[in-house]
Amino acid sequence: MRQRAPLLLISSGLALAVIALPVLAGLAGTVLPAFGYLPALGGRTLSLEPFHDLLATPGLNDSIRLSLVTGLAAALISLGLAGAFTAAAAGTPVFERMRRLLAPLLAIPHAAAAFAFAFLIVPSGLILRFLSPWATGLQRPPDVLIVGDPAGLSLIAGLVLKETPFLILLILAALPQMPVARSRQLAASLGYGRMTGFVFLQWQPLYRQIRLGVLAVIAFSSSVIDVALILGPNLPAPLSVRLAQWMVDPDLSLRFTASAGAILQLAVTLAAILLWVGLERVGATILGVMRERGLRLARDRIPRAVAIGLPVATASFLIAGFLALFLWCCAGFWPFPDTLPQDWTLRSWRTAWPRLGGPLATTLIAAFASAFIGMVLVVLRLATRPVGRPASVLSQGVMWLPLLLPQVGFLFGLQFLAIRTGTDGSYAALILSHLIFVLPYLMITMQDAWAAFDPRYERVATALGASRLRAFFRVRLPMMMNALLAAFAIGFAVSVGQYLSTVLIGAGRLPTLTTEAVALAAGDNRRTIAVYALLQTLPPLILFAIAAILPALLWRNRRAMAA
Amino acid sequence: MDNGARQGAKADASLDLRAVRIALNGQALLQLEHTVAPGEILTVMGPSGSGKSSLLAYIGGFLDPAFTARGEVWLGGRKIDGRPASDRHCGLLFQDALLFPHMNVGQNLAFALPSAVRGRQTRQEEVRRVLRQIGLPDIEKRDPATLSGGQKARVALARTLLSRPDAMLLDEPFSSLDADLRTAMRDLTFGAIRQAGIPAILVTHDKVDAEAARGPVVTIGEPGIA
Repeated sequence: MRQRAPLLLISSGLALAVIALPVLAGLAGTVLPAFGYLPALGGRTLSLEPFHDLLATPGLNDSIRLSLVTGLAAALISLGLAGAFTAAAAGTPVFERMRRLLAPLLAIPHAAAAFAFAFLIVPSGLILRFLSPWATGLQRPPDVLIVGDPAGLSLIAGLVLKETPFLILLILAALPQMPVARSRQLAASLGYGRMTGFVFLQWQPLYRQIRLGVLAVIAFSSSVIDVALILGPNLPAPLSVRLAQWMVDPDLSLRFTASAGAILQLAVTLAAILLWVGLERVGATILGVMRERGLRLARDRIPRAVAIGLPVATASFLIAGFLALFLWCCAGFWPFPDTLPQDWTLRSWRTAWPRLGGPLATTLIAAFASAFIGMVLVVLRLATRPVGRPASVLSQGVMWLPLLLPQVGFLFGLQFLAIRTGTDGSYAALILSHLIFVLPYLMITMQDAWAAFDPRYERVATALGASRLRAFFRVRLPMMMNALLAAFAIGFAVSVGQYLSTVLIGAGRLPTLTTEAVALAAGDNRRTIAVYALLQTLPPLILFAIAAILPALLWRNRRAMAA
Repeated sequence: MDNGARQGAKADASLDLRAVRIALNGQALLQLEHTVAPGEILTVMGPSGSGKSSLLAYIGGFLDPAFTARGEVWLGGRKIDGRPASDRHCGLLFQDALLFPHMNVGQNLAFALPSAVRGRQTRQEEVRRVLRQIGLPDIEKRDPATLSGGQKARVALARTLLSRPDAMLLDEPFSSLDADLRTAMRDLTFGAIRQAGIPAILVTHDKVDAEAARGPVVTIGEPGIA
């Protein structure tokens, strides 16, 4: 096994290459135009002019501040909620039930979740309708700016709604490797409350395990585009949103400015991460001081209830938002402050239907293809890696790269490359660009399940005379069917949710439900938005349902597999 | 019966460990030079962490690359170290039965049948025959998860025997069974090995296992802190 055959080496490296090559090429393709070099658009010499143009843009400081604050605040609040929840609930049945509740939330595309949230909180949204007029006395929607507020509060809230479940799921995956029960008993015997005991004894090792995920939340939130287009402020918008607008502007010279801006976005995200590292230090110090003082908080019933209640509330909020989407998609006349529409109609569906087919097909093709190819690549990689060795730092780094970099940083350059090679607007390029993001999630989901598989089964199979290939296909793969299905559903959902890559690499010729839905954000047609947001959520949700139900059907006579 | 021919066949079918030495991080775990005769059961004893399981892994072809191993393993006159595990014909039994949970009992057994046994009818008959042999004639369609611990152990043994191994490697196969079952399983397993006339290596820390094996006993590793 020491000398590995070239074929094995290639198949194990393929997944990493499919991530690393486009990202690195994309970065290079962004840096060059940022310094004025893009022969296709007449830029043949290196200059700082794009940066001069960029810095001369009005409101740039506000945009930078918005991106920075959004990234940090969304991460801080999400981690706070997820951490407090874990401290309060770890080792209780609530925790297991939470996993079942949260997993489907992961399937919801960011854009759809943002719309659902917006439909709740806008002045004429479901919340105020429920409270009016009996509690608020309002007969007309109040004239306040809630969605798109200049401080970006609703944007942060919308991101928290989606990132808290993500972090809780990361924690759920990391927790089984920790001695939760024993350390809780130990802490309790020393008089510590449940939450303080957890925070003092377990939080730091746990945080180390999910740290990359938290940094990914910062990178995502500080450079998000689709959610910001729906919930974020407009004048000025967060940095990434303005960059994306320049990038698709008919004025081609703006692409230089956009590229320079992408470099700035990289710097802003890096700054957010560095600030976060500073916050980590502060947090660790505070924790140290509290621990040294012997703070026990033995009676923590109320904080515990709050800590469990808040994430449950955010999840319920999201579900309520989808209820609002359902109401709007079939609503006839629905004046404020009526809680329910006065009549029901399928008109919105009928009007939208003729234009839905293309985007729906593109969405499904891209999602199935990228999830399937990604699955094959990840399985190839895991199957040809030496057994029992932890993944190398390099491969971990490559895997997390697309999640830790702002997307504009490399997707701009990738678009230039796609145009240059004439592949923009082709399915192949679109699927490849989705793979960049699908692969890391597949890898993260699969590698734990892969490592958890008892290697003795394959040994028994080969000892019985089966070739390695037969042992793999007849024993390992079927035994891992449930994990494969779950990972496939996640990869599928990631592809469906892709916004920027679809806009740029699809070059407007391959619209998906996501890009169409986000494009509607600028308008005010709630019924159409509801149709698109629901339809966008449906395919990933169906796949999650299949991944959850199929094992029980498939293995109804195999007790050990159905569990 | 022609005694000379038997003798010759026996010598040929033995499991021959020649200057086998297994090390972990440069530290020698065990050294062994031994010939296991057909039908004989060599017991290897030693404290946990002494590397006795790595000996079986080396012979079977599953040694973790973290270990370094030297020496030759000959089985039935063939040098098998360096060959793929599927070509070594060493049956493995672990503490757990490790029946494939996604197959029924019959499928588990059929998986072990060599492809040389041809024809659906013949293969099915072979599976039924072995099930009768272990005293569980009616469980062909059963889900392995619904079997008792003793039944699982018996099916695992039957599965290994069906693959017609040239040697058996037993990694503490009885330690998860309770006392009554352990004796029965021991008798069944050892009896099958003797009947098949193949060499076997038993790794255990149970002295009773070693006595029942009635073969040579090798103790490896330093007693250490004990």
